[in-house]
Amino acid sequence: MADEFILETHGLTKEFAGFFAVRDVTLKVRRGSIHALIGPNGAGKTTCFNLLTKFLQPSAGRIFYKGQDITAVAPADVARLGLVRSFQISAVFPHLTALENVRVALQRQHGHSFDFWRSKSVLNRFNGRALELLNDVGLSEFAAVPAVEMPYGRKRALEIATTLALDPEMMLLDEPMAGMGHEDIDKIAALIKRISAKYTILMVEHNLSVVANLSDIITVLTRGQVLAEGHYAELSKDERVKEAYLGAGHA
Amino acid sequence: MTAMTDNALQASPRAMRDEMVVFGLMAVLLAIVPWTGIYPFFVMQALCFALLACAFNLLIGYGGLLSFGHAMFLGTAGYCSAHALKVWGLSPELGILTGTAAAALLGVVTGYISIRRQGIYFSMITLALSQLLYFIYLQAPFTHGEDGIQGIPQGYLFGVFNLANATTLYYVILAGFLCGFLLIFRTINSPFGEVLKSIRENEQRATSLGYKTDQYKLLAFILSGTLAGLAGALKVFVAQNASLTDVHWSMSGEIVLMTLVGGLGTIFGPVVGAFVIIAMQQYLASFGQWVTVIQGVIFVACVLTFRRGVVGEIAHYFRLSL
Repeated sequence: MADEFILETHGLTKEFAGFFAVRDVTLKVRRGSIHALIGPNGAGKTTCFNLLTKFLQPSAGRIFYKGQDITAVAPADVARLGLVRSFQISAVFPHLTALENVRVALQRQHGHSFDFWRSKSVLNRFNGRALELLNDVGLSEFAAVPAVEMPYGRKRALEIATTLALDPEMMLLDEPMAGMGHEDIDKIAALIKRISAKYTILMVEHNLSVVANLSDIITVLTRGQVLAEGHYAELSKDERVKEAYLGAGHA
Repeated sequence: MTAMTDNALQASPRAMRDEMVVFGLMAVLLAIVPWTGIYPFFVMQALCFALLACAFNLLIGYGGLLSFGHAMFLGTAGYCSAHALKVWGLSPELGILTGTAAAALLGVVTGYISIRRQGIYFSMITLALSQLLYFIYLQAPFTHGEDGIQGIPQGYLFGVFNLANATTLYYVILAGFLCGFLLIFRTINSPFGEVLKSIRENEQRATSLGYKTDQYKLLAFILSGTLAGLAGALKVFVAQNASLTDVHWSMSGEIVLMTLVGGLGTIFGPVVGAFVIIAMQQYLASFGQWVTVIQGVIFVACVLTFRRGVVGEIAHYFRLSL
């Protein structure tokens, strides 16, 4: 079971003072797939994400990653297990250059991170790998540019490069296309498709059509609960999904 | 690929070169002070505060943590050094070590408590802890309360250098300042410094990359407290006393002021800020209580017109890294 599904939740619930943001969600993410979590605003997608990466502690339910119960594991340790997330608002280190952004991620696995007496030139040995990663996401010419000066779409690509630097087994992307123009959406979609050959991806997306071609399986959330699950072709005909998105009047 | 690597890395060594040139300039200027006729006592005092402000700046400028209780390190190190020198009769080097070690220990304890909270809550906890300590020092017999520890013997450093000699003392204080400054400079430009900066920029992201951010913040806090302690221990030899002024909350406020005036998050800013504030206190002393008002006006002017501080504005204008 652990081999087929890399991430599973059982009865995952998050309650905020009587309000159930996420209620009894059971999710199974197949190893090597692109799994999309979609739903209208307020459906609990991001809460669900925060629960999976332990940035929030669930009120009830269990989370298993590679067969291991991670319900009580700290967020930094979740990342160390190979389950790495991105954020809805682009999460880069704005005043570090693109190269330094990626290097911070590379540095963690290889020690030295507490060495305050050593020159940071010891980090130069990560430059080659960092440039490779930047190159992979089409950012090689931005290596020396502070992240704050990069265009929005590039920041998202940088974020993915930084995440890839950790060599994760599974990536959780929180609305990777949010706030992007069409051109950037196509680029990032192609990038996600390409990296999915090596990693399992769970992504949250607001827009159903964006994930249509990208994902292997889609889970639809509404009001904190799983409404439906399946391929885009099935879901796009599902009356309940239409209703959730458009409201009862349009169904 | 090689060309790209060079390009990507050019920014960093150039910045480092600017900083080394300015550091050399600063060291030379400070070294010739005894021959210029400038009152050495004033410069020594300013150097102690400069080191203190630099230590504070390591925490806020590079770790994003605003401590509002840094006077506790200055005062604790001062009292412990003074006690070790006067009552235990230790040599100057051991006296400095005692004070600095006491500040380090205090850093471990107060850091462990305070870094668990963020933003304003962190600042409030540091303030509360320093006030707690203030009242302990007010009551504790070894500090002599309002009188403080007076008439501290200066002695011979390593049994050789006579610290009662003003010029010798000046160079010892300068050496202490430069060592502390270089350690801070190195920390900022170390692998640890890189992680610290990334936590300042985006703590959640650093966590999601697998960094246990509390541990890094704690180490920064301890380093900052220890170096602030070194400043306090050196100051004992200059002032030859240790008093409640150094643990008072208004001292913590002055440290913030020095750093802001000079330039928060710049390497040399706190040094400039400390000299400006100490010079004001020295040369405007005839205005009495008005010094505080003048300081307040400067603070407001600084925040309104040159937010980056003196050094920050210069660095920005000339596109330098200082």
